[in-house]
Amino acid sequence: MSESLGCARPTGKVVGADEEIVSDESIERKEKTMGLRPGMKAPDFEAPAYHRGEFTQVKLSDSLGHWALLCFYPGDFTFV
Amino acid sequence: MELDVHVYACSVDSMFVHKMWDENELSKMVDGGIPFPMLADGGGNLGKVYGVYDETAGVNVRGRFLIDPDGVIQAIEILTPPVGRNIHETIRQVQAFQHVRKTKGAEATPAEWTPGKMTLKVGPDLVGKVWEIWKPE
Repeated sequence: MSESLGCARPTGKVVGADEEIVSDESIERKEKTMGLRPGMKAPDFEAPAYHRGEFTQVKLSDSLGHWALLCFYPGDFTFV
Repeated sequence: MELDVHVYACSVDSMFVHKMWDENELSKMVDGGIPFPMLADGGGNLGKVYGVYDETAGVNVRGRFLIDPDGVIQAIEILTPPVGRNIHETIRQVQAFQHVRKTKGAEATPAEWTPGKMTLKVGPDLVGKVWEIWKPE
């Protein structure tokens, strides 16, 4: 992680998502069909993270075999 | 009680901002700072796939996904920004889903269930008889 740490702002990406070239049309179609519901597989992803003083890389599927709680929130330094 | 849950927090902020927030504010609320990874989702790539990315505001709204050991989503809660979550309810749901999984689905947890309370033994004998064993609070 640290050797690749430049001035860019690394971000998360869905596993397997960059292999497909998608047209606007297929994105639109995808959005209509991609509503996640309980009972569906959680989409796997890799994302850079901050964890206890270190920069790390997190892969959701590394948590298979354990319960996982994924919490999105609007932003750092916001109030709630 | 140990629940063995891997927790991940995720916003569109970079890991650099996560570090500053943890060091300058969160560590003053939680001893030692946030104990779980804070994920950087610039561009909202993860939020879009999980259906919580707000295109207008450019942020992920407050979405919570409880995922079982097989990688299957068991619970989803999504709130708009001004209302915070209730961690007690989240923990209760974890305990309930873990109990159901332990019984391989033979038991279900009725409304208001908390650990130690009666569960429902699912089967033909229970049909029409729930009123005998469960009353609303």
